[in-house]
Amino acid sequence: MADQKSRLQILDTDDVKRVRFRDRHILDETLIQQIADEISLVIDQATEPKILLDFTGVEHLSSAALGAMITINNKVRAKAGQLRLVNIDKQIYEVFVITKLSDLFQIHTDEQKAMSSFS
Amino acid sequence: MGASTVKTLVVPSRRQQIVAAQKTILKQIEQHNYGEQARFAIRLALDEAACNALRHGNHEDPDKHITFQYEITDQRVSISVTDEGDGFDPGVLPDPTHEANLDRPCGRGVMLMLSYMTEVSFSNGGRTITLIKDRNCRKPEA
Repeated sequence: MADQKSRLQILDTDDVKRVRFRDRHILDETLIQQIADEISLVIDQATEPKILLDFTGVEHLSSAALGAMITINNKVRAKAGQLRLVNIDKQIYEVFVITKLSDLFQIHTDEQKAMSSFS
Repeated sequence: MGASTVKTLVVPSRRQQIVAAQKTILKQIEQHNYGEQARFAIRLALDEAACNALRHGNHEDPDKHITFQYEITDQRVSISVTDEGDGFDPGVLPDPTHEANLDRPCGRGVMLMLSYMTEVSFSNGGRTITLIKDRNCRKPEA
């Protein structure tokens, strides 16, 4: 497990962790768990985490992946942190709307606006 | 391509083999020139059905099997997914879009299937789900 390749690219911009996914299809539950664990580690390492999840290149998401995002959101909120989502493909955004998760998450179409929205 | 392809795949409850079965089905759907939106919808629904069968139906017991039965024509894709579990009543599932349930991490699979497929039906005590997507289907209607 220690040698498992990271499924994320993480960049630091000011005090925001920008997280991009290496996988186009986030369907497999093992993969989803690994992604969730990696993001959890990022959250654990910050006092009031500021995280931008960048969905560039992601073509498919399962409801399990949505569940992982919710767990991440809950964890960020528990630490008085902030979470934003950006660059979500139109079809995947529709999944967020149908499930009403577009009301739960702060989703931006524009990276600059997403970054500006952090306080 | 006007021919109807009716196939059955029976796989043990192991992720790799279930994923392989899904890929086989999706590849055949591509060969019938379904559009990108339809393929997205079918892939999403099929993955939800397969995950439910694996996790909730068969409890990931590799001695239990999942049966995929599918028929693909130029006008309709029909896929049935059957597990060997105890079954369930889909009528008692809570509404995942209810405000009280929004931050629950699970419980959206059936709702997504219903939103994206032309028809969804349950049979065999809940052990079988049948997903139907017509070519001219405009769902989801958000």
